[in-house]
Amino acid sequence: MRKTRTLSSVAVLGVLALSLAACGGGSGTTSNSGGGDAANGLDGRGPITYVQGKDNSNVVTPLLEKWNAAHPNEKVTFKEQTDQADQQHDDLVQNFQAKNASYDVVDVDVVWTAEFAAKGWLQPLKDKMAIDTSAMLPATVKTGTYNNTLFAAPQTSDGGLLYYRKDLVPTPPKTWDEMMGMCSIAKQNNIGCYSGQYFKYEGLTVNAAEAINTAGGTVVDDAGKPTLGTPEAKAGLQNLVDAYKNGNIPAEGITFKEEESRTAFESGKLLFLRNWPYVYNLAATDGASAVKDTFGVAPLPGKDGPGASSLGGHNLAVSVYSKNKATALDFLKFMTSEESEKFYVTQGSLAPVLKSLYDDPALVAKLPYLPVLKTSIENAVARPVTPFYPAVTKAIQDNAYAALKGEKTVDVALSDMDKAISSAGAQ
Amino acid sequence: MSTQAKPLAAETISPTPERHLPKGESADRKAVTQGRWAATLIIPSLIVLAIVVGYPIVSAIVMSFQNDSGLDPATGLFVAGGFAGITNYTHWLLQQCTGAGGAAVACAPGTLGAQFWNATVTTFFFTIVTVLLETIIGFWMAIIMARAFRGRGLLRAAVLVPWAIPTAVTAKLWGFIFAFQGIANSLFGASILWTGSEWPAKWAVVIADVWKTTPFMALLILAGLQLIPDTVYEAAKVDGASTYQRFRMITLPLVKPALMVAVLFRVMDALRMFDLPFILTQGANNTTTLSILVIQQIRQGFNSAAALSTITFIIIFLVAFIFVRFLGANAVDSGEPTTRKAKAAK
Repeated sequence: MRKTRTLSSVAVLGVLALSLAACGGGSGTTSNSGGGDAANGLDGRGPITYVQGKDNSNVVTPLLEKWNAAHPNEKVTFKEQTDQADQQHDDLVQNFQAKNASYDVVDVDVVWTAEFAAKGWLQPLKDKMAIDTSAMLPATVKTGTYNNTLFAAPQTSDGGLLYYRKDLVPTPPKTWDEMMGMCSIAKQNNIGCYSGQYFKYEGLTVNAAEAINTAGGTVVDDAGKPTLGTPEAKAGLQNLVDAYKNGNIPAEGITFKEEESRTAFESGKLLFLRNWPYVYNLAATDGASAVKDTFGVAPLPGKDGPGASSLGGHNLAVSVYSKNKATALDFLKFMTSEESEKFYVTQGSLAPVLKSLYDDPALVAKLPYLPVLKTSIENAVARPVTPFYPAVTKAIQDNAYAALKGEKTVDVALSDMDKAISSAGAQ
Repeated sequence: MSTQAKPLAAETISPTPERHLPKGESADRKAVTQGRWAATLIIPSLIVLAIVVGYPIVSAIVMSFQNDSGLDPATGLFVAGGFAGITNYTHWLLQQCTGAGGAAVACAPGTLGAQFWNATVTTFFFTIVTVLLETIIGFWMAIIMARAFRGRGLLRAAVLVPWAIPTAVTAKLWGFIFAFQGIANSLFGASILWTGSEWPAKWAVVIADVWKTTPFMALLILAGLQLIPDTVYEAAKVDGASTYQRFRMITLPLVKPALMVAVLFRVMDALRMFDLPFILTQGANNTTTLSILVIQQIRQGFNSAAALSTITFIIIFLVAFIFVRFLGANAVDSGEPTTRKAKAAK
């Protein structure tokens, strides 16, 4: 008995020692300022690593081969992550926390940029590291900007489009009210009128933010403080809630994610659909599609003109822990050059960030929706740029969902959203 | 490993461990040295345990008393949060959030803090309902499988299929079934929004979970049933016991130890339920369990998530303790003599 007590105290001591060591490590990572060390690598040249999620349409490998052939001493290795956004995010966080110097250039989702920048993990793209963004669409540049500093270079973009049935509606609606007026056509044909993605997930944030931005409201201001107490914000969310209540958005809309809503549109059960550009090719070629020749695309309907789409896409950033930042910068410029951007469009159907490409006749011939997408992205608003994005998107989803289902009024939902976003930032 | 351990064990129990003790040692001294020898032998495994089990638990508890990193308004950069006291715990238990001015306010709907008690109730709801259904259906399946008939092997293999499918795949499969235009709705000609309102969503999770884990229950109970010798039943029949009496007086008490273990496993599993509701409903419509809440919180701040994990750990620990102490202990007590009786009956 006495022996076991000695043993257990030894064990406790061991555990304590280990946990103390862990504390030391923990506080070290959170208080890093991203100064000193980082400056060292600014002129560094040599082999680097590029980190990106799964390269589904084989875009990255050909580009890297081209780069490596031209730069034998500064070869880029491709580190491919999974195709799940959450896992990519967590993998990046872990490697940044470990100050992994071999994650030189990373591909970040537009909504992670502020978080990573505020943690001090991304090299500001200014002074020596500055890049030219004048040819890019302004909304895409904003997604890479935090605290008035550019931290990530826009690589690809994405905007919402309105898919409509041109056999039933010859000219697409320009405004939300006009579209709601056309819902009688849907009723005559016994199909649903309009739907986006209203299941409680990231897609609902996208749709709710679009509704609020389109009506002239905003979710957060430049400092990240919530701004949902405005009549515009109320009008925006009210539009969605009313449409759901009166059946213009079918009841099953609150179970729709991208794929469910696409299936509903393709099987002819919806007159209008808000979705991303990827639907275009599928709806035109999919064997199960009943609307192959009878659908068209238009910019999202707005208050007076085109609506304010939420932006998708990815940005490229340089890690502060990289030792070869000069090479990293060159590579970043190469990956966002006109030639590479063109390749994204032709090879992967990824929307480019350069204005000029949307008017390129050769590209438009291949992807007829490009001019419409340009209008969409030109009018687009970035999703809330805040380091607390996970908490902000949760606040929007939970309350918008409750408002749609009629569990609370739009006023209560917006004030709850406002409060929840403030307490996220106040932590 | 085992061949080495055996001689050592024999030596330590042997009354005269001459090899390790110099001659002329007193009995006390012998005991002490023997203890040291034992300690030396155990220390490696204790160190491994400390690293693998002790360290994560203690480190989570230490983290739970730290504030999450906050934003420095001047630089826009994150800074370490510092010592938090018990605010991370009051955040969850009393649902207090930090308001705009830094004062504690009630958590607004849409924050994770506001969901703690809902998640706790949901977790216990899932646990009680699924384990109850699984026990009843599992028992029934086990009794069928225990009978001797042609094709019994095939049946046993077939029953195992749901258990063999990974939970994530199960969740996706049931997700397709419960989609608005899915099989469930078209089969019954209904238009239920399975993942769109509270009770259908909860039942969807319960149905999928019962489908998946009943085979596990059935197998554990089957193992218990097979320990009961046929002779006991025969003797009961001779004494004129009815089928119901045989089930009540023989099957139930004799299978109870195995049953309690199976239920304990399932209860602890169900209290940790994560993947099924996360994939099927993503926690919408009040199907957020404690584990889902932990994962969502991890993305918003590690230290607060550590406090929530600790709370979850304590809840599960308490439930397991109550089981072993009040229900399990009973099973162990009555288990000993009954098995002996069973042996004697043989």
